[in-house]
Amino acid sequence: MQIALGRGLAFRRHKGTMSRSARREELEFYLFISPWLIGFLLFGAGPIVASALISFTDWSLLSSPHWIGIENYRRLVQDPLFYKALVNTIYFGAGSVILGVIVSFLLALLLNQKVWGMPLFRTIFYLPSVVAGIATALLWVNIFHPDFGMINYVLGLFGIQGPGWLQSEEWVIPALIIMSVWGAGNTMVIYLAGLQNIPEHLYEAAAIDGAGAWSKFWHVTVPMISPVIFFNLVTGFIASLQAFVLILVMTNGGPADASLVYGLYIYRQAFEYFDMGYASALAWVLFVLIILITALQFKFAQRWVYYEGDIRG
Amino acid sequence: MRTEAQVTPSGRVIARRTALSSVRLTRRLHRILIYALLILGSIFYVLPFMWMISTSLKPSQEVFTFPPQFLPTYFQWRNYIEGWTALPFNTFLKNSLIVTCSNVVGNLISCCLVAYGFARLRARGKGLLFLMVLATLMIPREVTIVPTFILFSKLHLVNTLWPLILPAWFGYPFFIFLLRQFFMGIPLDLDDAARIDGASNLRILTHIILPLSKPALATVAIFAFVGNWNNLLDPLIYLRSTEKFTLAIGLNLFRGQYFTQYNQLMAVSILTLLPILVIFFVAQKYFIQGITLTGMGGR
Repeated sequence: MQIALGRGLAFRRHKGTMSRSARREELEFYLFISPWLIGFLLFGAGPIVASALISFTDWSLLSSPHWIGIENYRRLVQDPLFYKALVNTIYFGAGSVILGVIVSFLLALLLNQKVWGMPLFRTIFYLPSVVAGIATALLWVNIFHPDFGMINYVLGLFGIQGPGWLQSEEWVIPALIIMSVWGAGNTMVIYLAGLQNIPEHLYEAAAIDGAGAWSKFWHVTVPMISPVIFFNLVTGFIASLQAFVLILVMTNGGPADASLVYGLYIYRQAFEYFDMGYASALAWVLFVLIILITALQFKFAQRWVYYEGDIRG
Repeated sequence: MRTEAQVTPSGRVIARRTALSSVRLTRRLHRILIYALLILGSIFYVLPFMWMISTSLKPSQEVFTFPPQFLPTYFQWRNYIEGWTALPFNTFLKNSLIVTCSNVVGNLISCCLVAYGFARLRARGKGLLFLMVLATLMIPREVTIVPTFILFSKLHLVNTLWPLILPAWFGYPFFIFLLRQFFMGIPLDLDDAARIDGASNLRILTHIILPLSKPALATVAIFAFVGNWNNLLDPLIYLRSTEKFTLAIGLNLFRGQYFTQYNQLMAVSILTLLPILVIFFVAQKYFIQGITLTGMGGR
């Protein structure tokens, strides 16, 4: 306790000039993060700056780019497909993230029980997220098939006429959300790891205070795992706003652009129409949107995320 | 419940026995409920995979039939051998192993160092730098593909495995963020105790933080393995000659050339999945509650 106080003081002692230990700590900080910093300068910063510049040009990859100012952004504001892709993406993103975060948390709680055969069950629940991307896509096209698919076959056994799923404008996004929840094993694994880091003595202390299972869950499990829930929300949103590879293989945006998500629209502009300038402008709008959503999430996080080892500095 | 029974002075033995048996009963009911949920969930999760296995064993004419036929009339095991030998999958396997293993090691080392810096050390500009870590996670891949490709082609590294291996040694934002979240959950008193004993930051990381973060490290290892094993986009961009191909491209190549051989495609897909299942099965043992902080019970 005293030491922690001492470290805090070392920082506060001189207002203008930093203490020697603080300066040493700062130097060490840069040493520790140097792998990322060097990599960022080599592989990250360059491409990011380059793409920003490309968004102000007209470039077909074959000819050299030429500067057209904000023309790409002006075109974007008037592009009905831009809005359609945005709405589809938010629908898919909100659905898959909220459902995914809840379902995988419940699964992780279930898979954290101490019963016989758990390694096997854990592997089964994780399995879908490792099935190679394209194989998964082909599999689900098969499963969702309105006439020959497994889902509608099973629904038919109960006398229910199943929808057209991937071939229906109304059902294509719900179908993709169902598929994404099936592959939520990664989120589940992160929760499972997070559950291990909750010290047993907190539960023991709660039990001594007469807490029941429900109260232990709300007052020990949830606060202690909140950094992990936060992580899954942030990265889940980022990933879902960028998702497109599986959708490209499964529906290619159809029917009638009902599943045209933003990432797919960028891909189309870049690698089908070779309009790199417009694609970069689209990507930058998405980038800014993701930054805004993430910043909002970080702002709200201060209210509900609890860090046991927070250094506040 | 047990304590309630104990405070009654009269008829103590009986009270305790009923309390115990009712505890046992609820525990048994609890266990039955868990198994019911596990089995029900497993069906939803495993059925599509079973479908894949059954397809991989079907003769070609049985792949697309209606009503869907769950079991093949006979098991055609040669789909596996024919699929695997149709393309040089042994070479692809070797390349995938090289890329994936070096990525796992590289990511574990670099991301732990960087995450420790962000979680434990104080410096001016840290907040901004962390925002930039997240920003590299947010930038859509499609945008950086072309500039990154130009970079590697200037370095004459196209059509080698290096563009797939090198970036891992510079940290991966997703893992840095993940490990930072876990490191920040470890109480500071432990570092401070070690610091009094004169431990350096590197020693605190390797002797205190890492042993307490085994579940998180296992997670990073699994994700790095799976992510690189299944990575299709980067190998597709950087690799040209067949002897450099990884399993993921091999699978995609197979899909293009033998699309009608759906059963063999599924067979090869399953074979490429096996290493991941083994890795996960081994790594999941680190997800056992209570081992990590047992030394701190009396804190």
